[in-house]
Amino acid sequence: MIRAEHITKSFAGREVIRDISAVFEPGQTNLIIGRSGSGKTVFLKCLVGLLEVDEGKVFYNDVLFTGLDFKARKEIRKEMGMLFQGAALFDSMTVEENVRFPLDMFTDMSREEKSDRVNFCLERVNIVNSNHLSPAELSGGMRKRVAIARAIVLKPRFLFCDEPNSGLDPKTSIVIDELIREITVELNMTTIVNTHDMNSVMENGEKIIFIEEGEKCWEGNKDEILKSDCRLLNDFVFANALAKQLKESSK
Amino acid sequence: MFRFLAGFGSYWMLLGRVFARPEKHSIYYRQTVKELISLGLRSMGIVIIISFFMGAVITLQTAYNTENPIYPTYLIGLGARDSILLEFSSTIVALILAGKVGSNIASEIGTMRVTEQIDALELMGINSASYIILPKVVATVLFNPFLTLISIITGIVGGWIAGTAAGVITSQDYIYGIQYAFIPYYITYALIKTVVFAFIITTVSAYQGYIVEGGSLEVGRASTKAVVYSSIAILLFNVILTQLLLS
Repeated sequence: MIRAEHITKSFAGREVIRDISAVFEPGQTNLIIGRSGSGKTVFLKCLVGLLEVDEGKVFYNDVLFTGLDFKARKEIRKEMGMLFQGAALFDSMTVEENVRFPLDMFTDMSREEKSDRVNFCLERVNIVNSNHLSPAELSGGMRKRVAIARAIVLKPRFLFCDEPNSGLDPKTSIVIDELIREITVELNMTTIVNTHDMNSVMENGEKIIFIEEGEKCWEGNKDEILKSDCRLLNDFVFANALAKQLKESSK
Repeated sequence: MFRFLAGFGSYWMLLGRVFARPEKHSIYYRQTVKELISLGLRSMGIVIIISFFMGAVITLQTAYNTENPIYPTYLIGLGARDSILLEFSSTIVALILAGKVGSNIASEIGTMRVTEQIDALELMGINSASYIILPKVVATVLFNPFLTLISIITGIVGGWIAGTAAGVITSQDYIYGIQYAFIPYYITYALIKTVVFAFIITTVSAYQGYIVEGGSLEVGRASTKAVVYSSIAILLFNVILTQLLLS
């Protein structure tokens, strides 16, 4: 479980996120939604410690993460996996080396054990016969899947995904969403996904937090989102004609 | 002035992180070998070409500027040797490497920054500064002295071929000149300068890449800054080291 309490973060005197609190339960896909520039990525980076919070606290299973130094955070970080917006695969490494990298750094597994684990993770994300390709040779969807394989190779307890569907076609987006949902259940992870993809929201939104201009405006799930009275949320969710029709038909 | 001091402070703070205890020595060793090939071995070609022609030009210029019956011609060899040894193979080669290796390091690390590869390392709990920069520093500090020695030899050979081909000096006089009044300490001086310059090129360029914010445009700017700042630092330390080591 991840608990965020009153998180505030400013850049050059401008508050980008203000007093956000939330609890993210394990075994379910938690979504943070909002417009581009609303503060979703900053909030996610505050949760994982890539940005230091100005105010507030973040707890991982009741351990105060924000109070720890780099060394002490290391133990919790070993239990984190993250899928970055652009996948963030290491350009100088092959697919196999990318996925094996966390095992090389943090385990004393034998070469065979590492190889088995890497192949298992790559097969799990449906990447086969691509071990020796470089990231530049992969499509956008494949890069994301390799990044998921790297994120889960150490069997993390916490998975973070920043805009997993950005730059992908609708069909590939669905594949990635399904993969994230399945892996979350399989490994009983606490998964937090930043998205503004409404298909992801309707498919994966077991818990949804809506952020607008740095503030948490609404919290609920995919069933409640269609019936919400929150004007800002409705403006965001029902921005296109198809979504508006869906809203009308649900009334 | 405040920006300069802030930048200088953050450069030293980054160095503090670079020289922190490595997470896993075997991984760092492997990375260092990669960097030795990428930053060291792959610079040999340009160093050999530049040093050869540099030695040739120094010899010809020395010859044309000392056309005097009072001067013995072997002094052309001596002049070329000392110019190559004291200045060209250490400082000029360092300036060229600042362009080649420095821009390479800044753009590589800058790209890693803007594509979130550095964030990915940090998220895993890896000291990204140490993991990325330390192998580069070790590789250049270890390998650049070899590049300087190769440059010295190639420069002297270039001078010999050009001098004898142009007919400004006989082969015998040139060989006598490069051995005449030889001070071995000059090699030590050149190598000390090379080690310091290698450290400057790598750390200044890595710092410029590491602090990039934005996109490809900023990576390009960082690459340019890396070359400019490391070149200025090399010239400044050239004066300081010369005063310290030769006075």
